Amino acid sequence: MKKISFITIYAALLITVSCKKDSDFLDVPPKQVITAEVAFSDPNLVLSILGDLYNRQRDFSSLDGFTNEPGWRTFADFSEAFPSENGSYFLVQRTGWGYNEWAIWDYTYIRELNLFIQRATAATELTDADKNRFIAEGRFLRANYYFELVKRMGGVPLITEPLDYDFSGNVSVLQVPRAKESDIYDFIISEAEAIKGLLSVGLTDKSRATPGAVLAMEARAALYAGSIAKYGVTTPQVALSGGEVGIPSSMANGYYTKALAAAQAIITGTAGSYSLYRQLPDLSDNFANLFLDKNSSESIFVEDFKANGGKTHGFTTNDQPYSISDEGLDAGRLNPSLNLVEAFEKLDNTYAPLATNDAAGNPIFYTDQLDIFAGRDARLAGTVLLPNGLFKGKRTEVFAGYQLGNGTIITSGDATLPQDVPGLGRVQVVGKDGPVNGAEFRTQTGFYIRKYLDPTVGSGRRGRGSDINFIRYRYAEVLLNAAEAAFELGQPAVAAGYLNQVRSRAGLTVPLTVGDITFDRIVHERRVELVFEGHTLFDMKRWRLATVVWDGNQMTVADLVSNIGNARKRNTQPFGLWPYKYYNPGNINNGKWLFKEVKPSPVTGANRFQLGNYYSQISDDILSANPKIVRQPNQ
Amino acid sequence: MKIKFHHIIIALLLATTGCKKDNYDAPSATLSGHLIYQGEHVNVEYNQVPFQLYQPGFGKTGAINGTFDQDGAYSTLLFNGNYKFTIAANQGPFLWKELAGGKRDTLAITMSGSQTLDIEVTPFYMIRQATFTAAAGKVNTTFNIEKIITDSNAKDIESVSLFINKTQFVSGNSDNNIARTDLAGSAITSLNNISMNVTIPALVPTQNYVFARVGIKIAGVEDMIFTPVTKVTF
Repeated sequence: MKKISFITIYAALLITVSCKKDSDFLDVPPKQVITAEVAFSDPNLVLSILGDLYNRQRDFSSLDGFTNEPGWRTFADFSEAFPSENGSYFLVQRTGWGYNEWAIWDYTYIRELNLFIQRATAATELTDADKNRFIAEGRFLRANYYFELVKRMGGVPLITEPLDYDFSGNVSVLQVPRAKESDIYDFIISEAEAIKGLLSVGLTDKSRATPGAVLAMEARAALYAGSIAKYGVTTPQVALSGGEVGIPSSMANGYYTKALAAAQAIITGTAGSYSLYRQLPDLSDNFANLFLDKNSSESIFVEDFKANGGKTHGFTTNDQPYSISDEGLDAGRLNPSLNLVEAFEKLDNTYAPLATNDAAGNPIFYTDQLDIFAGRDARLAGTVLLPNGLFKGKRTEVFAGYQLGNGTIITSGDATLPQDVPGLGRVQVVGKDGPVNGAEFRTQTGFYIRKYLDPTVGSGRRGRGSDINFIRYRYAEVLLNAAEAAFELGQPAVAAGYLNQVRSRAGLTVPLTVGDITFDRIVHERRVELVFEGHTLFDMKRWRLATVVWDGNQMTVADLVSNIGNARKRNTQPFGLWPYKYYNPGNINNGKWLFKEVKPSPVTGANRFQLGNYYSQISDDILSANPKIVRQPNQ
Repeated sequence: MKIKFHHIIIALLLATTGCKKDNYDAPSATLSGHLIYQGEHVNVEYNQVPFQLYQPGFGKTGAINGTFDQDGAYSTLLFNGNYKFTIAANQGPFLWKELAGGKRDTLAITMSGSQTLDIEVTPFYMIRQATFTAAAGKVNTTFNIEKIITDSNAKDIESVSLFINKTQFVSGNSDNNIARTDLAGSAITSLNNISMNVTIPALVPTQNYVFARVGIKIAGVEDMIFTPVTKVTF
């Protein structure tokens, strides 16, 4: 009896448990995945999704680099700098770029942006203000990525909705052909026009989309499209009959007008208050500081970093002067070239090479190394750390050896290897910071980089890293964009006004007159103002100057010091300027410095930009997956 | 542990099955030839003029890429089958037939075993009767230029260059010449008996010969057309 009741109870228990519905038992909501409805119900969750999308933006030069590409090296190409690291000499030894160089094709990112926009639009529990801002940010990121794609690849498939496969076996609806190059630019411009009103002018977070960022993107994109239309006629080979590459020249004025209007919307202050950074009395320090100051009034859209907060970069570690390094031997990789340094004009608006020899060919002697650079554009010392330049309260020690009265040069392979100098005994004969041919992590051109170099204590350590922002769009570029657009529209007076604003901040107080404004001036101004900010390649491409300045021929010193300021000047190999200490007791110049233009010995190749490099290769994988995509011209 | 008979069997089985050969033989049919114009080699820059071979209906649609040698030679190893040969737009100092809509013509090739196939093209110019001599530390050359394409597709000469190099790779590429002289196209008055010279720089280590060739840069065409490489002893 007792047994039976036990069995009954047991059976009853079993039945009740086993009668639980299968779906209740099996359908357990996963704890590590948040559904779209949940995620898009809370602004903080949406922001965390958006944060990931912001992080995946693509720049040309990036302080924290990309997979297999350290940040500093993204600044080092195009003969504007020399890479002082044994593993990176290929930059100056190769004789050109592969057709697949600079190619990107991240449609995963575009799909996720499209999904983000779709889900944010469908969200029901967000306030309208939040929703509009999120949608505008998603559309801004998408337009900005299409801009990056069109700069590198030309017209690409324009996909603005998330595509889904219906498992029918027919994928042709997913195979979208390339849009025209002009269509992509039109899309960027129309998106910018559509979303600028969705964002409030009061937004202050410069690492997120603001009306200023949207307009700056629009101005740059319209300017690029205009110049491709105008200057594309000089390279008729770089075009496809379907318009996927190349823009008809008749569209140039329309784009320039849009570029000027968008830039002027920022300049007149309708998109928020931006101004040229003028905080420090020393104009060079002021220029350097504009990149260091997180509250800079000039930055419009930035990639933000935070020390001790998880997002830092090694730019300062990699590029700090060797003798002032926080991290032992880790230093000195990015060395600006003499080619770039010569381009900074004198304060009277004229171009002149640095005076190393007098008319008779005899060396000119300088008491201080910095004297040779005196009287130049303040941006020179703000961009480049010159020999004997000041960083973190210390001066760099850059000299290549002793030169005696009879012309003999005494040098060695390292600062720690002293040599006999007659009359001085055994002394150190090269600077701790270089230059010695092939001595990595020290300058081999005589120069170090100053732009973005962080003077904060500890910023040069690998562990801490630096948190200097990378400025994607800044006010000075907007002014230069406006100047270029105005110049191309036949308004040189307007162009001169904008150029002079930028130039006076750099100490060039003699204003350019209307007659001074030429295409070469515009090219020159962008080079010295915006070098190492990821513009070089795209500027040279859109003006179709890349095949001219990077023509694959070796350069001589005579080439280097002539035609400065000419937009078509050859720039295929980086040079250096090496200081020597003059030792000739009794001579009036004893102990002074003389300088020599030197091609660092690792520089063996010469940059050669081919017609097929204007638009990067679309890989065979992509062409196989989508037969509707046409190949690039010349490839 | 004792090794039992069936352990050995298993080991043997594994060894025999593991040694099975790869599924495919490597491609073994050689397709080779030269770029020619009326039986003459068309000389181009090494590794700069690419060609593309497509094998339709097999695998991915991407091309098998190759480039021509200095004397216009090419060679590639293929599987037997049907291929299409073409040269991309604006590549090479010659005209390649275009079809309607700007599409590039293709040459059908059936591979069954190795074959030699010369590619007939029409260059814009040819350099004829080039002679190279060395005297007094210079390399002198005289040559004639023949303008081949004279119809609406004709293009002007942008410049003519004489290159010398220590090795037999000679071109405008900075690695491939130790000295060059250029003659602007506008300075050429007659296409016959053009003479040029270039000073031989100091050679380290010393050698008593250089390799020389003359190239024509055609306006609007990226690739130059050359004479054959000539060894000049001095």
